[in-house]
Amino acid sequence: MPEVATADRPALARPGSLLELFLAFTSLALQGFGGVIAVAQRELCERRRWLDARDFVGLLGNAQVLPGPNVCNLSLMIGDRFFGWRGALVALAGMVVAPMVLLLMIAALVAHADQSPLGHHLVQGALSGITAVAAGQIVGTVLKLAAPLKEHVLGALPSTVLALLTLLMIAWLHWPLLWVLLGLGGLACVWSWRVLQRTQAPPP
Amino acid sequence: MTALPVSPWVWAPEIWWTLFVHFLALSPMAVGGAITLVPDMHRRLVAQEGLLDDADFTSSIALAQAAPGPNVLFVALMGWYSAGVGGAVSSMLGIMLPSTTLALAASRWVSTRRDWLSVQAFQAGLMPVTVGLLLATGWHLMPSATTQARGLLLSVAVALLVWRTRVRLIWLVAGGAVLGALGWV
Repeated sequence: MPEVATADRPALARPGSLLELFLAFTSLALQGFGGVIAVAQRELCERRRWLDARDFVGLLGNAQVLPGPNVCNLSLMIGDRFFGWRGALVALAGMVVAPMVLLLMIAALVAHADQSPLGHHLVQGALSGITAVAAGQIVGTVLKLAAPLKEHVLGALPSTVLALLTLLMIAWLHWPLLWVLLGLGGLACVWSWRVLQRTQAPPP
Repeated sequence: MTALPVSPWVWAPEIWWTLFVHFLALSPMAVGGAITLVPDMHRRLVAQEGLLDDADFTSSIALAQAAPGPNVLFVALMGWYSAGVGGAVSSMLGIMLPSTTLALAASRWVSTRRDWLSVQAFQAGLMPVTVGLLLATGWHLMPSATTQARGLLLSVAVALLVWRTRVRLIWLVAGGAVLGALGWV
């Protein structure tokens, strides 16, 4: 894997070709059980070093407020960043095509295995084991991604409280996502704007 | 749990078009991912069109959750149960086309205005909310402490391993599948 450093981000690498981009997204998508975000962070930030944690959370935030599957929006934006619209399409294709073929084959196999009682038992057991692992992977990844909150413009404590409030509203209160994004997200944006305005343009 | 579609290679352009149009209409509303659209998908595809039954609808989501790849692929499975491979492809095209176009346009608009205060504030403000939303997804998938205590233990162990070590994630998944199949989880 060629690691071409760019001038403005000497610590980070970038994909050498569209093929490398395609294979990278195919490989991370095929490793992503129960969601791709955990593997995407591992592969793109830590192994390949195409992005740092701050970039990753920033892009994920953009991907989150736009309609569409988050990881697909994320792959579009990362592909676009390195190779323009061709990169965007190639990264998205890498993310979707191979996993889709595999999933249809798995669905056919599961439908066959599910016919026998033993097969049904094994399939359902394995599925619940994988779901438990997927939940742990996401939480572990969040603990890693929370690191940029320490240098957040609002300060480490307020930004952590905002994150926990979001968890509370979605997981316990079951508020619609749109409200949380517009309400709490909007509030956080206005607050950040005021802080940034104060720090960047101090009164004479 | 599930049945095969009539035939994976069934030729059904009319159903493919129906699927395409429904998912095309749903796509722009998918803020926070396609999974948030599940209630409306059920209303359209199962209740209104009768293209697939409840069991197939539910297992589309469960299988896609357990298989590798983006979770949105449950849409492909719904198309597959409704009308074979052509249904899978037309459903995916429908759900992806509007949202990808919009996402690409919006991210370009933002990246050329990186130095705007409002853009910086927007990105900074969303960062903690994004972290909270991810936590909520993890929370949602967590096995319940009362009915699946060992499953919860597995989740917590995996979270610590992912956070603190660089163990390959694929081994964790394989381990979870084996433990689950043996009936331990």
